[in-house]
Amino acid sequence: MILEEARGLKRSTDGRKRPLVVMDRVSKRFSSGTQALSEMSLVVESGEFVSLLGPSGCGKSTALRIIAGLGDASSGTIDWPSSRINSRGLPEGDISFVFQEPTLMPWQTAFGNVHLPLKLRGISQAAARPQILEALATVGLEDFADAYPRELSGGMKMRVSIARALVTKPKLLLMDEPFAALDEITRQKLNDDVLRLWKQTGITVIFVTHSVFESAYLSNRIVVMKARPGQVHADFPLHTSLERDALYRTSEDYRQACEKVSTMLLEAIGSGEH
Amino acid sequence: MRVQELMHAQDKASDSSTIVSSSVRNKNRDLVLRILVPFFVLATMVLIWHVGVAVSGVPPYILPSPIAVATALFTDWHTLAPALWVTTKITLLLALIGGVGFAIFLVQSRWVEIAFYPIAVILQVTPIVAISPLILIYAPSTQVALLICAFLVAFFPILSNMVQGLKSVDHNLLNLFDLYGASRWQTLLYLKLPASLPYFMTGLRIGGGLALIAAVVAEFAAGSAGAGSGLAFRLLEAQYRMNIPRLFAALILLSLLGVTIFALTSLISWLSLHRWHESSLKREN
Repeated sequence: MILEEARGLKRSTDGRKRPLVVMDRVSKRFSSGTQALSEMSLVVESGEFVSLLGPSGCGKSTALRIIAGLGDASSGTIDWPSSRINSRGLPEGDISFVFQEPTLMPWQTAFGNVHLPLKLRGISQAAARPQILEALATVGLEDFADAYPRELSGGMKMRVSIARALVTKPKLLLMDEPFAALDEITRQKLNDDVLRLWKQTGITVIFVTHSVFESAYLSNRIVVMKARPGQVHADFPLHTSLERDALYRTSEDYRQACEKVSTMLLEAIGSGEH
Repeated sequence: MRVQELMHAQDKASDSSTIVSSSVRNKNRDLVLRILVPFFVLATMVLIWHVGVAVSGVPPYILPSPIAVATALFTDWHTLAPALWVTTKITLLLALIGGVGFAIFLVQSRWVEIAFYPIAVILQVTPIVAISPLILIYAPSTQVALLICAFLVAFFPILSNMVQGLKSVDHNLLNLFDLYGASRWQTLLYLKLPASLPYFMTGLRIGGGLALIAAVVAEFAAGSAGAGSGLAFRLLEAQYRMNIPRLFAALILLSLLGVTIFALTSLISWLSLHRWHESSLKREN
């Protein structure tokens, strides 16, 4: 039932609604002189699951950080047509960020860590309690609210990090190679969790990864970037009529998706070389 | 069949209870040994001291026996106890609390730090005994002069550790606070201060030890007498009077004070860190 609602929502966003975020010819040159991004443009619609894929050094993380407002673009603009923006030009409550590391405060419990975004808005622990427990429950950690990060496994820490990102009910979830440091089995589990959350909540996800398989499994749109300078090389949707689950991993659709993404990535690497 | 299963289960249960009780026993034995072994080493050393003094016939004004020292500690208690209190006051109250407060003030703003850090370094690298005559001239009383000396010495390790801690905050966490639009005050209170707690605790332990040294050295230099003189003065005084047992008694009180300060700062550190920080965790392997 929830799934069907989410799909319905996604269908209605195709075309009609205003896009969520519009990157217009964004360039970034670091003070060291490195040109990380060169006139990158990207329009992300509400409800999409976009993977940013590319060789290391192609600026995919830089692009994600600029979207989040962690660092300014050297030129170009970022617009949020469907959000109310604050004085810093950001739709502050609408975006969340998940880093490659869990990035938890070790002196706080899982509960305290998930409370943080609400605490910074001045919401007390007691008032935020239902929301925090709900966020922990969505990642399956309701029994670990009082655990300190050191007592949790790598995968569980990452789940806390995701719960913290979801507790503000953001429109856009930015994930910067979130599972790169995890083992394959944990990574697949978390991939399934993220997919489930995406379907349930209708949230928009921009997911930076260097894994062809991860991007082919998760996303319904893939943006392949090339390095030196960082630019969009290819931007294409991935359609499948199948449910994305363990069976999908062995399906012909998935194999074809991987092949297509692989080919595009090789092209991107090749074109960046000369 | 049922009976067999039941017996089997009972066997298992008794097996596991044996394992538990033997591990508890091991743990207890370990704990007892941990306390007894150092105690015996200490007792043996005191015994060797006693026997050495008795056999060699060294006069008590050169090396008193442990019994003479204990007697002096007991009979001179009325002289030493107020001195102990004075030293404690100097070391703990002002040096530690004042040092902590000033360090926190200094790291509030980058510009405050830039402005005052060089002065703190200069004060630290200058041997404190060398400036104590100056402090004695300017300070309204000897007591205040001693306080200033102890403060200057204890303050720096707390400060430098605290600054180090505030600068070592996880960069991604700072980004996260930035992303959620945290104010400077919120970032300080919720992120920077807790993150630098382990560093602060290290500074506190070093500073606590140094403050005692500074208090003693400053008193040697100041040579305060009469009311309100600390253990260091009593120690010198005992030397002038060739009352060596009392000198030793004062020495023992000083080292006991040092141990107390160390235990206290370690306890504070453990209380505030044991739930989350690596340095306070028990390792199973």
